[in-house]
Amino acid sequence: MKYDSIIIGGGLSGLTAGIRLASAGKKVAIITSGQSALHFSSGSMSLLNRIGRQIVDDPLTAVSDLPDGHPYHKIGVGNIQDLAAEAAMLLRHSGLNVEGSPSAHRFCLTPFGLWEPAWLTVKGIASCPDPKKCPWKKAAIVNFKGYLDFHPAYLADGLAKAGIDSEIHEIELPRLASLRKSCSEMRAASIARLLEGSAINDLAAAILRIKADADVILLPAVIGLRSDAAADLLASLVDTPVRYVPVIPMSVTGVRAEFLLRRRFESLGGTYCLGDSVSRGNFENGRLTSVFTANLGDTPLEADEFILATGSFFSQGLVAKPDAIVEPVFGLDVMQTPVRTERYSLDFFAPQPYMRFGVVTDSDLCVSRNGVTVPNLRAIGSILSGADSLHEGSGAGIALLSAIAAARKIQFA
Amino acid sequence: MMSPPDSSIDAVFYGLDRKKIYCFKKIILLFNKTLLLLLRNIFRAKRNTFAFDFVHSLPLHNRRPDGNRAVFLMNSNQPTQHYDVIVIGAGATGAGTARDCAMRGLKVLLVERFDFTAGATGRNHGLLHSGARYAVTDRESAAECISENMILRKIARHCVEDTGGIFVTLPDDDLAYQATFVEACRDAGINAEIIDPAEARRIEPAVNPDIIGAVKVPDGAVDPFRLTTANAIAAQRNGAHIMTYHEVTAVNVAHQRVCGVTLRDQRTGVLRRIDADLVINAAGIWGHAICRMAGVNVNMFPAKGALLIFGHRVNNIVINRCRKPADADILVPGDTISLIGTTSSRVPYDQVDNMEVTPEEVDILLREGSRIAPALATTRILRAYAGVRPLVAADNDPSGRSISRGIVCLDHAVRDGLEGFITITGGKLMTYRLMAEWATDLACRKLGRNAQCRTATTPLPGSESADKDAPVSHGKHHIIELPTDHKAAQARHGSMTPDIGLDARNESLVCECEEVSVGEIRYAIRQLHANNLVNLRRRTRLGMGTCQGCLCASRAASILGNELNDRPHALRDLCNFLNERWKGMLPVAWGQTLVEAQFSSWLYQSVCGLEPDILPPSLGHTAETPTHPRQSSEASPND
Repeated sequence: MKYDSIIIGGGLSGLTAGIRLASAGKKVAIITSGQSALHFSSGSMSLLNRIGRQIVDDPLTAVSDLPDGHPYHKIGVGNIQDLAAEAAMLLRHSGLNVEGSPSAHRFCLTPFGLWEPAWLTVKGIASCPDPKKCPWKKAAIVNFKGYLDFHPAYLADGLAKAGIDSEIHEIELPRLASLRKSCSEMRAASIARLLEGSAINDLAAAILRIKADADVILLPAVIGLRSDAAADLLASLVDTPVRYVPVIPMSVTGVRAEFLLRRRFESLGGTYCLGDSVSRGNFENGRLTSVFTANLGDTPLEADEFILATGSFFSQGLVAKPDAIVEPVFGLDVMQTPVRTERYSLDFFAPQPYMRFGVVTDSDLCVSRNGVTVPNLRAIGSILSGADSLHEGSGAGIALLSAIAAARKIQFA
Repeated sequence: MMSPPDSSIDAVFYGLDRKKIYCFKKIILLFNKTLLLLLRNIFRAKRNTFAFDFVHSLPLHNRRPDGNRAVFLMNSNQPTQHYDVIVIGAGATGAGTARDCAMRGLKVLLVERFDFTAGATGRNHGLLHSGARYAVTDRESAAECISENMILRKIARHCVEDTGGIFVTLPDDDLAYQATFVEACRDAGINAEIIDPAEARRIEPAVNPDIIGAVKVPDGAVDPFRLTTANAIAAQRNGAHIMTYHEVTAVNVAHQRVCGVTLRDQRTGVLRRIDADLVINAAGIWGHAICRMAGVNVNMFPAKGALLIFGHRVNNIVINRCRKPADADILVPGDTISLIGTTSSRVPYDQVDNMEVTPEEVDILLREGSRIAPALATTRILRAYAGVRPLVAADNDPSGRSISRGIVCLDHAVRDGLEGFITITGGKLMTYRLMAEWATDLACRKLGRNAQCRTATTPLPGSESADKDAPVSHGKHHIIELPTDHKAAQARHGSMTPDIGLDARNESLVCECEEVSVGEIRYAIRQLHANNLVNLRRRTRLGMGTCQGCLCASRAASILGNELNDRPHALRDLCNFLNERWKGMLPVAWGQTLVEAQFSSWLYQSVCGLEPDILPPSLGHTAETPTHPRQSSEASPND
């Protein structure tokens, strides 16, 4: 089978690159083992939150202060604004309603009532441009009985710091009773599967029964695995605006984002190979000509251009061994420290050297193998070296922007 | 609740089915509790001169720690209390000594600078030694071990798992040693039976298939956390007072006689003197410094032992190497995991609070461990940790070359001319009860008391069910209808499980790896002296499983903050806990362990936005361990 481009990895960056290339008329396949890091995200996306420990005011100007070798430098700091605008547009066209601007943060309420900056927030997520000037006066925080991943008292503390009053309510929905029979079922994704259709009417009725004297209702983000329909229905039934607070994974918002992006990719004619993984590649004259997958065995998948979007350690794009960090699919060159003890910082909360590890690329994002650049294999997203995307708050930004940058390079090559 | 095991309540309901009895008991105990609370309030009102609440005095159950406690703690005008005995150190030995003293009618205070089991007790194999390991080299220790082994199986059923053990000979080990070994075991009274290597492979499929010899011995696994907590509860039930998070800053001496200690409250920094006729130093390696405070010198040498924990039960019975004791030759299954250890190296005394496992130690443990059980080479390692054994030099040998590995019980009146001071050290987890007995015998002699030791025959709280078929600990007695989290709780708390109050509201799981329910977390906070996540881990196994607290820590912190009514404390403590987990993962952070660590970092720092520097100060439950690990004073047990 022959494609114009094959993308390895179906997370945020792989899907974005796939959509961008497919909408440019390319024949594209995405090979993905399934469940990506999106499933574990908060649902908000950041471009650049911090340099050092300092929150940056304007991410667009701050990018130039990042160290050399950072993915944003490879993309070109002058291109960031344009790429960011295109990324937001791409998400909206996929049905993911995001709001926000690359030059000013929005602040999202975290599960423990802290405020975390973001570039784009998905519609409905509890956020505002400035917590100190939040339009809410009083919030009604509503949890489902027996649900442990939502922490109303901590949210109330966080809101109080922003001068917002709150009241806490617990509701019990007959629809969720089945989950409570087994003590490990009361989790976000299980709840979201049940809270569809008429269950939303029950939820709305329960919220209305509270008769909350509040101008916003805060719920855990456990509604809408596939679309905004349930949230829209709830909004139409409850007069007070409803906002959603992220919870620990599974992230319903993240699952929805992945679903919408995948649907967009497929609607553009892309081939989405779910549950498969690339085992090796065939290189000829320094170029990657085809890849082999676990499901297809010896049948090669050929393409002119390849994109590697397999993620960091968490997604197995990088694998740490006692003596080295390796890229397991092609054995690409990996930027790392040679000594095991220098990979880590003793303080869990300090920047960890291993977070910056990733594959070596040139300014076109082309990877290198045994010291030689592979001109038709590009890396995008969190497998790239040179960024501590956790401390910088740049993970989604790097994923989206590097994907579009790589797709542009392929399109205009 | 702390009702005696075979109380009259049991007699009243003889003949009713279990469920009914349970309901009736609940009602009656509730009534009793109300009565006790009433009596306590009347009592308190009458003695407003001395607010004794900060000492965990009886009745402790359902005392909800709250902000008010901090007020008591800051009040330094309290009069000095007088005890017969102050025991320093709440490891197994200290808690056991407090139990023994209290059971013999002494008025006891147990003091501990951090939490129960924060020292060497929480940092070992958790091996219920048969004594076979010492049979050839130290017959006395071997005999002590097998005797205590048999006692613990009876008095601490809920802490012990009868796994059995084997000593295997590898192709490059000397098979001739086996005969010496078996003979020495028999001399020490240990039942050692040579079995065919094929039989060994059958009963323990994880063992290296190349073994050329195998001997079966009565080894087992013991949970040192449960064991120590049970001893502390028993001490308390017999009237002992316990002060955790209080560090001894001075041993007070007057006229060549120890007359008490000065304690520093770790939360407030407030100092207070407490007097006693006798002070028993059971502080393990830290007892070295306690002796110095009393002006006497005991030469202790810290010996570091490093261990690795694997992500699941690789083996079901204890596998030992049949050779002279050396590095990494014991693989112990415990609860959901397996442990390989240990290394042994001398460390400077000033490093005992700062144990880090080196890459070299990790490599030795992995290399030697995979020779016993080849699967270890490919099994996920959860974490690495190290404990410090106190080795005591013989008194006539200040160089430390002649080291005793046995129990050392020193009467400093005889040894140093200092009255009122006993040091109990050396020994091992296995012999904690015997050490306590020796120390208490000596204490009674010195105090002129005449009371017999009953600790070898009295079951510990949790193992005292009168009904022999009650589902205590692991094994065949599980009731099938119980949900799995009930069974897990039953295994952890034995006959104390009904105190947990597992009802529908409490059943949601906090920790999925170890099946810890909301009810069990609340029980540990309200009744088992747990006021931070590390304590909760020791009481319930929260965060000890494959996710290493990644998901459950957030849930437990949330509950903790609400229970203590101090949410800022809970968030700061969550940061400490994550740091403590990371410290153990770091030496083995590759493969899935690094994946887990990266996920945790990402979840707490990004999704939750946690950052120790921006958190508000706690309301009084200050974090016991400083957040920055380099300043850590409580060397994290990693278990």
